[in-house]
Amino acid sequence: MSSVIRAESFHAPGPADFDLPGFFSIGGTEITKPMIQLVLAAIIVFAFFALAIRRGTLVPGKLQFAGESAYGMVRNSIGRDIIGSHDFARFVPYLVTVFFFIFVNNIFGSVPLIAFPSFSRASMAYALAAVSWVLYNAVGIKKHGFLGYLKLQCVPAGVPVAMYPLLIPLEFFSNLLIRPVTLALRLFCNMFAGHLLLMLFATGGLYLIEHVGGIGYAAGPLAWVLAILVSFLEILVQFLQAYVFTLLNAMYLQGALADEH
Amino acid sequence: MQTVLILNAVASEEKKNPLAFVPVEFILSLVTFGILLFLITKFVAPKFEQTFSERATAIEGGLAAAESKQAEADAKLAELEQQLAEARHEAARIREEARAQGAQIVSEMRTQAQAEADRIVEHGKTQIEAERQQAVTALRAEVGSLATGLAGRIVGESLEDDARQSRVVERFLADLEAGVN
Repeated sequence: MSSVIRAESFHAPGPADFDLPGFFSIGGTEITKPMIQLVLAAIIVFAFFALAIRRGTLVPGKLQFAGESAYGMVRNSIGRDIIGSHDFARFVPYLVTVFFFIFVNNIFGSVPLIAFPSFSRASMAYALAAVSWVLYNAVGIKKHGFLGYLKLQCVPAGVPVAMYPLLIPLEFFSNLLIRPVTLALRLFCNMFAGHLLLMLFATGGLYLIEHVGGIGYAAGPLAWVLAILVSFLEILVQFLQAYVFTLLNAMYLQGALADEH
Repeated sequence: MQTVLILNAVASEEKKNPLAFVPVEFILSLVTFGILLFLITKFVAPKFEQTFSERATAIEGGLAAAESKQAEADAKLAELEQQLAEARHEAARIREEARAQGAQIVSEMRTQAQAEADRIVEHGKTQIEAERQQAVTALRAEVGSLATGLAGRIVGESLEDDARQSRVVERFLADLEAGVN
């Protein structure tokens, strides 16, 4: 009976905890932590690569080697392998930017003192998805023409004509409307849910120790141990989401550039 | 305190949907990403690509150079091996030749020495024969004159007296010996 009261008095972390108060405001706009993080991430990414390649020697030093490995991973395993060696070169800067911008912003969720993944703010993820949507459609329209591109994306090859009335709306919907939404939501939801989970374990553990007593002294630390384990899982997810976002971008670009469906 | 918190949370949850569109964040994200994309495209990617291509060129050049060096070394080695084989062959030939020549020389020398020996022996024989002949001739002439002288002496003395006869012979032989001496 008493535990019910205690459970009710526990303030579970929720979506409201993602609305951080601004540090200060400029022209009535609150400047919040994730906003500063976005800019910080851009600075970190640019500084890292610019420093790594500032000399660009044939025999790389440690930093240059690290930079080349990072750049080369996106360039080769995402760009070249997905888009194909003919077209990939002009998209490499975009893919590299997407990957490392998202990756650093995600990793902020696991960096002590920052501990907030920027893309758990949905609008920030919307922006990147919008860029992706505009880019792959623009690339496709430029290559095939507007109607040609619509046909490429909406009319599946090797399907009986009788199926067209069913498939064309479906393809249109999935290839041209849903993609940016899923792209943004996948990133946002992973970051949001991961951070929420961590908050729950951390604050719940504290609550168990402070207010429950008894079994709470055992359950509270256990929750914290779980929080640590979930943090490691989160680091993996943070990397994976950046990778998936970039990979899907590359696949959409490849699809837009394809000659045959 | 607790109530305030809960009320606060309820109030903000009513207000905020996590999926809600926040224009400031959207635009900031767009702008930040855009600037980063520009910087990466302009300053980072070209240098990386340039470094990669320079390295690829350097490695390809190095490989080609190494390959040609290897081919050169192989050719040199083959040449040297051939030379060595030739030299060995030559050495064997010379040795064989020398052996044959040596055998020939030995046999020639032997024949020559045999001939010389034969010649010397022949010469000796001839000389001996000539000297013997000479001695015989000289002896023959001397024996005749000696015999004649002896006969004359014998005839000049009385040939009847045995004692005298023997004295004459004695004297003759003594004279002969003295003459010889």
